[in-house]
Amino acid sequence: MQKALNINPDKCTGCLQCEVACSMEHVGEFNPSKSRIKVFKFHHEGRFVPYTCTQCSEAWCMRSCPVEAITVDAETGAKVVADSACVGCKVCTISCPFGTVNYVPDTGKVAKCDLCGGDPKCASACPTGAITFVDAEATGLEKMRAWAAKTDTGTATEA
Amino acid sequence: MAWTRKLLRVNLSKGTCTSEDLNMAWAQEYLGSRGLATKYFIEETDPKVDPLSPENKLIMATGPLTGTCASTSGRYTVVTKGALTGAIACSNSGGFFGNEMKNAGWDMVIFEGKSDKPVYLSITNDEAELVDASNYWGKSCWDTEEGIKADLQDPQVRVASIGVSGEKGVLYACVVNDMDRAAGRSGVGTVMGSKNLKAVAIRGTKGVRVEDPAQFLEATNAGKAVLAENPVTGQGLPTYGTQVLMNVINEIGAMPTRNFREVQFEGAANISGEKMHEVRADGTKNLTTNAACYGCTIACQRVSTVERTHYTVKDRPEYQGASGGLEYEAAWSLGSECGIDDIEALTFANFICNEQGYDPISFGATVGAAMELFEIGALTTEQTGGIELKFGNAKALTDLAEMVGRGEGFGLEIGLGSARLCEKYGHPELSMSVKKQEFPAYDARGVQGMGLTYATSNRGACHLRSYTIASEVLGIPEKTDPLVTDGKAGLVMAFQDATAAVDSSGLCIFTTFAWSLEDIAPQVNAACEGDWSVEKMLEVGERIWNMERQYNLAAGFTGKDDTLPQRLLKDAAKTGPAKGKVNELGKMLPEYYQLRGWDAEGVPTGDTLNRLGLS
Repeated sequence: MQKALNINPDKCTGCLQCEVACSMEHVGEFNPSKSRIKVFKFHHEGRFVPYTCTQCSEAWCMRSCPVEAITVDAETGAKVVADSACVGCKVCTISCPFGTVNYVPDTGKVAKCDLCGGDPKCASACPTGAITFVDAEATGLEKMRAWAAKTDTGTATEA
Repeated sequence: MAWTRKLLRVNLSKGTCTSEDLNMAWAQEYLGSRGLATKYFIEETDPKVDPLSPENKLIMATGPLTGTCASTSGRYTVVTKGALTGAIACSNSGGFFGNEMKNAGWDMVIFEGKSDKPVYLSITNDEAELVDASNYWGKSCWDTEEGIKADLQDPQVRVASIGVSGEKGVLYACVVNDMDRAAGRSGVGTVMGSKNLKAVAIRGTKGVRVEDPAQFLEATNAGKAVLAENPVTGQGLPTYGTQVLMNVINEIGAMPTRNFREVQFEGAANISGEKMHEVRADGTKNLTTNAACYGCTIACQRVSTVERTHYTVKDRPEYQGASGGLEYEAAWSLGSECGIDDIEALTFANFICNEQGYDPISFGATVGAAMELFEIGALTTEQTGGIELKFGNAKALTDLAEMVGRGEGFGLEIGLGSARLCEKYGHPELSMSVKKQEFPAYDARGVQGMGLTYATSNRGACHLRSYTIASEVLGIPEKTDPLVTDGKAGLVMAFQDATAAVDSSGLCIFTTFAWSLEDIAPQVNAACEGDWSVEKMLEVGERIWNMERQYNLAAGFTGKDDTLPQRLLKDAAKTGPAKGKVNELGKMLPEYYQLRGWDAEGVPTGDTLNRLGLS
């Protein structure tokens, strides 16, 4: 069963535990600036939104890479950057429609979410359940349920 | 490890920024943040210094756990001689500024001297420079933060700044970071303003490392599980924020009301956490979301929106968005202390406190005192500029909030704080303060231990130096009777020492609703060099407390300042479970001195100082 990161911004409190965990896993230090997941704060609206790679099936980053440095991890479905092959040309950062691949000047390579090899640390670090790692077929279920509750104008009283 | 081992010294008179090695021997004795910054401050300044003179210094400091994955590890402390109190001041703040300082590679920044023109300090990792801030002088914390981010073309910069009130000498000005988090008490922002220092902007990408990462992850994960399972940190605070307390404290008869004339507020339910959740007439709620500081798995922060039809914001779209508030302390000081139960007005006034950078506790309590002065005729509309300063007048409160924010008219007098205001108008007894700092939201007649806490607090009346509410009301770590004095001296001392240690680690004191030092010491121990046992943490806490005490004694305070206003000592509570009670400080204080190893005048004995290495 393939799994996917599922993000529910309504539950996010903006604590950045996901960014801290991601940086620890990938660079061995607590360093939000090196995180592959980012939490955006919209102060005047009172909203926090975690955002990271969606692991597109038709991954534009992978297709655009001229040196084939990005490949699919067969087990997790993650699109993974091989540092040994990446030449830092940044074409993938242009191709990605969502901006979730980013160039790292320190290493001269790009970095993106690799699902931590199947155990994403952002999800396990999230204290509110805003980031979960679920069956890829069920990423929309919770949202669907919420809409079902909202659009049901039947006789049931509001929860 | 854990410490960056570097401090930045900024001489504002000379315009220089220099890097220094951190004194690691001191770090072993004082840990970091509050403790270590106070050690530096005391070593480098004359205790008799005028708080607003260039000779006063101001230190911003992180703790060894700041910026790690430990829960609540975003905190930093501002240490200086307080503008409001003249005592050692240390105010800490959450948000995201502290972890950014640590990520930039600095344990602390020491500001000395005074700039001849407004400046802000810009730090990008190792690079630090003073930048002309003339454009920002006269601007709010909100405009300054957004303006500097735009100027630097970097939305990821973290900014701590002062508002207009801090420039104009309001004596309880804060340092505000991340729009609505503040190093709030004692006037640390006023000191910053006196140095012509408008803001500090930091971007850090260097990362934070700890001594033993595997052990650290294990210890911090264990700690997070304890917080999640605890009813206060796992449910109460996330759901209602600190406002979970409003109805609880009112019921036990410890809700200071109308300048502490009463101990229960009939309008408490209207300004409570529960009320913030209620759907308003227009279908929206006061509470927009809850939010967290860096690394915090509790998320006690409230983010609110004022009802758009409310008189305060209806023609002013700039205040119709969401921002921080209400926390319990502000809901109390702006609300019951002034007899006001209009939650939208309180939310607006709280926004203004954040926007213009001043302490809502001291502000609200000073308005409460002014309302009593007005009621007895000591203040009239002649002095107030026409404002009918009656208890319950929400419009008077919100008008004054804006006047204090701009440092205008009668706002400047409210900006003096209640002690100076009541003195000026001939009724010093009406100021509910210790060391000129206003009380927070607990009446010491209904909770006896808080009376001793206020009286002995090194930074003036304060709940965050030994929060015995945890024990006396919430039963943490064990329940003590709030109306008895037996055992409170030992309780207060234990809370004071433990709190000093927690503050110095870089963690938030709210973790101690669930954590004891048994939970915290392993996290510090895994992060830091040295052996950080519970015993060592307690010893460090006691050392810090005594060091702060010695500073205050050298600054001119004596045991006579360890007291409370007569109202709390002589006028019995009128209603509730504490009816007929006064605070019995006289029963607790001598025992406290004895337990502390201080003489009858409250001076640490030679033996005590030797034992703590403070001679």
